[in-house]
Amino acid sequence: MLASLLRIVALTRKEFLAVLKDPRSRFIIFLPPILQCLLFGYAASFDLNSAFYAVIDQDRSPASIALLARLDGSTIFHRVADLRRPGEINDWINSSRALLVIQIPQDFERHLLAGKAAPVQVIADGRNSNTAGTALGYIETVIDDFNADWRAHHGPSGPSLRVVTRAWYNPNLDSRWTMIPSLIGTLTLMGTLMLTAMSVAREREQGTFDQLLVTPFRPFEIMAGKALPNMAIGLAQATTILLIAQFWFRIPFVGSLFVLYAGLGLFLMAAVGVGLFVSSIAQTMQQAMLYSFLLVMPFALLSGLATPVNSQPQLLQTVMVINPLRYALDLTKRVFLEDAGFVQLGADFLPLGVIGLFTLAGAACMFTRRLS
Amino acid sequence: MTEWLLKWRRIRALTLKETRQIMRDPSSVAIGVVFPMIMILLFGYGLSLDVSHVNVAVVDQDASSDSTGLVGAFRLSPYFGVTMVPSIAQATRLVMERQVDGALLIPSDFTRRLHADGAELQILVNGTDSNQARIMQGYAQGPIALWRATQAGDTSDGPVVVVDRMWFNESNNSRFFIVPGLIVMVMTIIGAFLTAMVIAREWERGTIEALFVTPMQPGEFLISKIIPYFALGTIGFLLCVLAGQFLFHVPLRGSLALLCLAATVYLLVALGIGLLVSTLVKSQFLASQMVMLLTFLPAMMLSGFIYDLRSMPAVVQWITYVLPARYAVALMQTLYLAGNIGGVVWPNLAVLAAMAAVLLTVTRLATRKQLS
Repeated sequence: MLASLLRIVALTRKEFLAVLKDPRSRFIIFLPPILQCLLFGYAASFDLNSAFYAVIDQDRSPASIALLARLDGSTIFHRVADLRRPGEINDWINSSRALLVIQIPQDFERHLLAGKAAPVQVIADGRNSNTAGTALGYIETVIDDFNADWRAHHGPSGPSLRVVTRAWYNPNLDSRWTMIPSLIGTLTLMGTLMLTAMSVAREREQGTFDQLLVTPFRPFEIMAGKALPNMAIGLAQATTILLIAQFWFRIPFVGSLFVLYAGLGLFLMAAVGVGLFVSSIAQTMQQAMLYSFLLVMPFALLSGLATPVNSQPQLLQTVMVINPLRYALDLTKRVFLEDAGFVQLGADFLPLGVIGLFTLAGAACMFTRRLS
Repeated sequence: MTEWLLKWRRIRALTLKETRQIMRDPSSVAIGVVFPMIMILLFGYGLSLDVSHVNVAVVDQDASSDSTGLVGAFRLSPYFGVTMVPSIAQATRLVMERQVDGALLIPSDFTRRLHADGAELQILVNGTDSNQARIMQGYAQGPIALWRATQAGDTSDGPVVVVDRMWFNESNNSRFFIVPGLIVMVMTIIGAFLTAMVIAREWERGTIEALFVTPMQPGEFLISKIIPYFALGTIGFLLCVLAGQFLFHVPLRGSLALLCLAATVYLLVALGIGLLVSTLVKSQFLASQMVMLLTFLPAMMLSGFIYDLRSMPAVVQWITYVLPARYAVALMQTLYLAGNIGGVVWPNLAVLAAMAAVLLTVTRLATRKQLS
């Protein structure tokens, strides 16, 4: 038992040396997560902060000017041009110089004063329909405000209704609050899964794996020796991202570190298990790399990082119960923002443990078979 | 004359060798053919930013004809599944346990205040999944607006009415902008990722030195590497175009010839990055991580593929100007959805062509220098 432990410690030490002695590889283990965390923290957002628009005001009345002043007064809309002819619209939209063109027809104010509906035409560049939809939504909000004011000053008002949204745990619905805790799991999965798969494949390609197999090491010990250092590196990466989340993006961490690290430990066990499993199938480093990539892609895309899990097709949701990242994202976000404990997170801990055990056992089987 | 003939024969022989190597390695075929298919299916079907079914818990404390009418509007909407619950506490619990996506609270003074100082309607969401919360919030506007309109006849539908039109994508289908971006992703992976691994392996194993003691010139070596991977990338490109046409029915409004030209130039850029990185770092692990960092992640996050560049902070926007994916996505989206817009196509194409020229020249110089 003690001898076995000593052997695992020796192998772990060797593995750490192999990864960390090369300055370039030290660099590549820690630089990408930091860079990615910063970039994605700023880039990955569906919030629209600025929209360029052009105007054709064919009315040029106090009412149309008041409406446009409202748009210009918002922090989002920036007017880039006053067009004279509708013929110019094409050019501004096509060349992406304006996201929106607002056309106010000649009899706008007359219609308003007569109590009739006054249409305003808004043309949006739908090349990114998501952005266009968001921008149109903001326009509606601004116009709603204008309408409410107009009604208040002119004539009787209908029923008035205010919709108030209360969002728990993330009062401003800031997408960064969701994104950055999610990155803890996503970035460490990419790092550790590939690192593990490649480390075994490299030994195999260079022939040192056979040497390892003729030593007194048992397959289980080789596995542990490969798994532990990579889990440790994963934890270090996770901690780096956690620190960036706290001290750079200032996202409030309300949960317990103990629960978070317990969850991350299980998650990394699953990630390393998948990595070992891939490496037991792959013959070369190239294969290990590409196969793990083919796994990481769908894992990351279908984890709920970019789009909600339950708006995905049912079949994909069912297949992705094997996706450790799905549970890790839920877990990190909820510990981070909701202070969820072990009981609430049972639905995440359990599958993670099962995935970890299955993949590690599977990999161990493959190693043993290779031996005989 | 014989000099040229020899050159041609050397290139042909080496291209043949490279092609055989690709055909015999299952992982290369996997990345060239299986990967584009997985991406197409995942993005086309799995990742939808569009409509999904929203479950909402409703607490109606007013139980008047007004509030029942409002709840009825939610029931009628095809996007909402309504569950009536008796108390706010229970609604809260359902939201917390993620049994529903949000809750709608109608206070007991709803009717009274509706015709007085304004009623308040509360929407409760769980901000931990800010994306989902936002979807819920946005969707709720629909039934509420409908109810408002029916409440006050059509007079309250105004005074100002927005008539919006989304050009290029009238039906607001997010696949329209995802498919063009997908082409860029697929070519990035095949061009940069696979090539980098292959060349780095030759350096790692020393087979490249063996090649260079032959009369082979560095330029010939590069050409013979580019040809087979270019072909593989073209297969991926064609698969995507076919899927766009026949599976997702994305309109191709520009010319096919220009689309192919754009794809060719971008593929050369991706190949250039793959070749350069692997020549410089000479290790499969490092090359794969660098390429991942330099091409894949930017192509996904910083290109306008999913997240709009216009919403990013200025610093991040500057960074995107260095990354080729940005130009490629703009090209593809415009060619697909808007048509042959000279003002967008030529500048972007010129930048990509310049990048390709610089990358391939530098790679050639770097290969020569490594030799001496």
